Amino acid sequence: MHIPDGYLGPHTYGPAYALAVPFWAIASQKLNKTLRSRQVPLLALGAAFSFVIMMFNVPIPGGTTGHAVGAVLVAVLLGPWAACIAVSIALIVQAFIFGDGGITAIGANCLNMAVIMPFVGYGVYRLISARSEVTSPRRWIGAAVGGYVGLNVAAASAGLMFGIQPAIAHDAAGHALYAPYPLTVAVSAMGLEHLLVFGIVEAVVTGLVVAYLQRADVSLLYRSAEKTEKRSVAA
Amino acid sequence: MKATTKMWIGLAALVVLSPLGLILPAKLGAGSAWGEWSGEEIRKLVGYLPSGMARLADLWNAPMADYALKGQESAPLGVLSLSYILSGVVGVGMVTLVAVLIGKVLARRERSDAS
Repeated sequence: MHIPDGYLGPHTYGPAYALAVPFWAIASQKLNKTLRSRQVPLLALGAAFSFVIMMFNVPIPGGTTGHAVGAVLVAVLLGPWAACIAVSIALIVQAFIFGDGGITAIGANCLNMAVIMPFVGYGVYRLISARSEVTSPRRWIGAAVGGYVGLNVAAASAGLMFGIQPAIAHDAAGHALYAPYPLTVAVSAMGLEHLLVFGIVEAVVTGLVVAYLQRADVSLLYRSAEKTEKRSVAA
Repeated sequence: MKATTKMWIGLAALVVLSPLGLILPAKLGAGSAWGEWSGEEIRKLVGYLPSGMARLADLWNAPMADYALKGQESAPLGVLSLSYILSGVVGVGMVTLVAVLIGKVLARRERSDAS
């Protein structure tokens, strides 16, 4: 889902940057209010986990590859604003050092994987886990479903970005200037592979880690889910 | 052992296992991710290289492009796997460093960790 340079025209990557910047600004403000020094290593761990899990390209035999992102997992541990920062850091390092995702597309990629994904996924997690006990199965189920939905909405958004290109920018011969596939093709290709394969991988990874933490150190989950929120409401 | 310590160990294990993300797609004949094709692949898929794409595609020359060292385009899978692990180490190191720096700047200080 890392959109490379050249797939989006300035008419898309420009506004995507413009949309991503306020999220980074608000996320910084929120973290400034709610992140405790003790949680900094967890933020780093989340960013590093997101980076590494994206290296695990899952193959569709004879077809394409894709991967989990980990954004919803970080959101469940530290909240969606921290996830926004953590995943953005991973994506920016991937773009500059490893050429994974374009420089011009950093805004677009962060919008998809570091904004849309953690917020949608976290919303689903909260909806399913509701007021259940921290140790309740509803927590890991909510996290798994949140991961699944979050990744799929992010993929659909990336598909949308790809898909609007040929309609917006083409030459006299009808050749696209940037990503060449039309909306229906782009959205259904990105949508299907994530609905059927990569979304499942994301759900399993997110659910497993949350289930593990429920047994190993429940405070890592609890703090983020309730206390941080009360604090930010009080602040 | 603290759960976070265990998670860092798990992360290190993931870095070591990361070449699976390279080897499995290669063995199962899976190509690029959708929408992440090279110029050559695009030409094969749609018959031409979009002009705007040609202009922007090589805008940035990443030092470890494709999680490999420079000039390794045709190296055997074993060598690529080692570079992949090295990329994981470099990437995790940089991401961690940046996250700690940003976290330190943003996090509010508490009496308990004023030391």
